[in-house]
Amino acid sequence: MKNCLVVDDSKVIRKVARHILESLDIKVTEACDGRDALNQCEAAIPDVVLLDWNMPVMSGMEFLQELSRTKMDARPKVIFCTTENGIGHIKAAVEAGADEYVMKPFDRDTLESKLQIVGVI
Amino acid sequence: MSAPGATPGNSAAFTGAMRILAGLLEARTGQILSESRIWRIETALKPVLRMNGMANLEELVSQLLASTESNLTDDVINALLNNETSFFRDLQTFDMLYRDLLPQLSSSKQDKVLRIWCAGCSTGQEAYSLAMQLRKDAGRWQGWRIQILATDISTAAISRAQSGLFSQIDVQRGLAINDLLRWFEPVGDDWKVSDELRRMIEFRVDNLLEPKASSGDYDLILCRNVMLYFSLERRQKVFSRLAEHSRQGSYLILGAGETVIGQTDAFAASRSFRGSYERSAKTEKINQPVRKTA
Ligand SMILES: C[S@@+](CC[C@H](N)C(=O)[O-])C[C@H]1O[C@@H](n2cnc3c(N)ncnc32)[C@H](O)[C@@H]1O
Ligand SMILES: [Mg+2]
Repeated sequence: MKNCLVVDDSKVIRKVARHILESLDIKVTEACDGRDALNQCEAAIPDVVLLDWNMPVMSGMEFLQELSRTKMDARPKVIFCTTENGIGHIKAAVEAGADEYVMKPFDRDTLESKLQIVGVI
Repeated sequence: MSAPGATPGNSAAFTGAMRILAGLLEARTGQILSESRIWRIETALKPVLRMNGMANLEELVSQLLASTESNLTDDVINALLNNETSFFRDLQTFDMLYRDLLPQLSSSKQDKVLRIWCAGCSTGQEAYSLAMQLRKDAGRWQGWRIQILATDISTAAISRAQSGLFSQIDVQRGLAINDLLRWFEPVGDDWKVSDELRRMIEFRVDNLLEPKASSGDYDLILCRNVMLYFSLERRQKVFSRLAEHSRQGSYLILGAGETVIGQTDAFAASRSFRGSYERSAKTEKINQPVRKTA
């Protein structure tokens, strides 16, 4: 079973994402900001991270930069999942190493196809 | 592949107008509506009713019967067709095309002409996905003449396909972010496909039951998720048409849940490429009805 770490400061978004991911047979853990996510990744590397942009303590971009600096056995796939829908944000995220990008709002089909694209399912 | 709706159950409760509209759709397109979709005819046609200031389906039907105005008929047909599609639908199929089947065509065709037909292309995602797969391998196709014909019976679907404009929801389904960045630009809330891709494809309104837009032989035909709700006879007829527009060794790709088995002898499962069918040599059998198996 694959693992997904859902990183979002919104409890509602985490719940929606969890619901969809579990229906795709993916095990879900949650983090409420980038720092929390980084700590969790250091303890156990998930297969994929679903990452919000704006969060208190540490943003999605900061998380991504920290992640690429951190030494790890394996690297999780990172799917940005954010209301920042402008092409500038998308380009910046891809340049920073994001594997995929989902614009909110999203649905099951979208998430499923993005997980297929990054090879998690 | 049975045709839902072909054997009505509690269809006695359908109104006359519902039956006439379902009948019109089948006569024009071959599509047989399932019972649950017949129940939703009114919902599907709400926008058409509103646009024409009509109160109900009965009024619409009498207008349809009285007038020769084909715009109204087109609007009704467009609204009743299922245009469900997405970029890179069934990703494995597009991977297989990119990795195996297209390279095989490029090494086997001396004339350096590649002809592809997307039959039932809906709003264009399938044809654009193909074009992207070809452009990804641009070196291989250097000096080739590549023709992609994409046809659909829905005038609305074809004009959307031609516009190259897709909503945020459309571009998120199946399209990798790098392909979005490479091939699209934002226009308001939508995304517009690049002219470079658009120039590769000719979109035409055409009915598979009596195709006019297609001519000659295609090396590859995609006819995916179009014939699911056709009667067996119609499906056999369409397979013959597809066979007439291909040569021995051409490939046919159907939707993930579709098969040629029991429908035609003109195509057989390809041994080399999973999920694709190869045009057989025995052309003399093409127009003979095939016995129903299941
Ligand atoms: C469910 S969509 C599939 C689109 C695409 N091939 C795919 O697999 O994603 C089926 C399409 O077939 C078209 N169609 C239905 N009957 C047709 C006919 N007789 N001739 C041409 N197109 C037809 C519909 O308008 C619709 O756009
Ligand atoms: Mg947030």
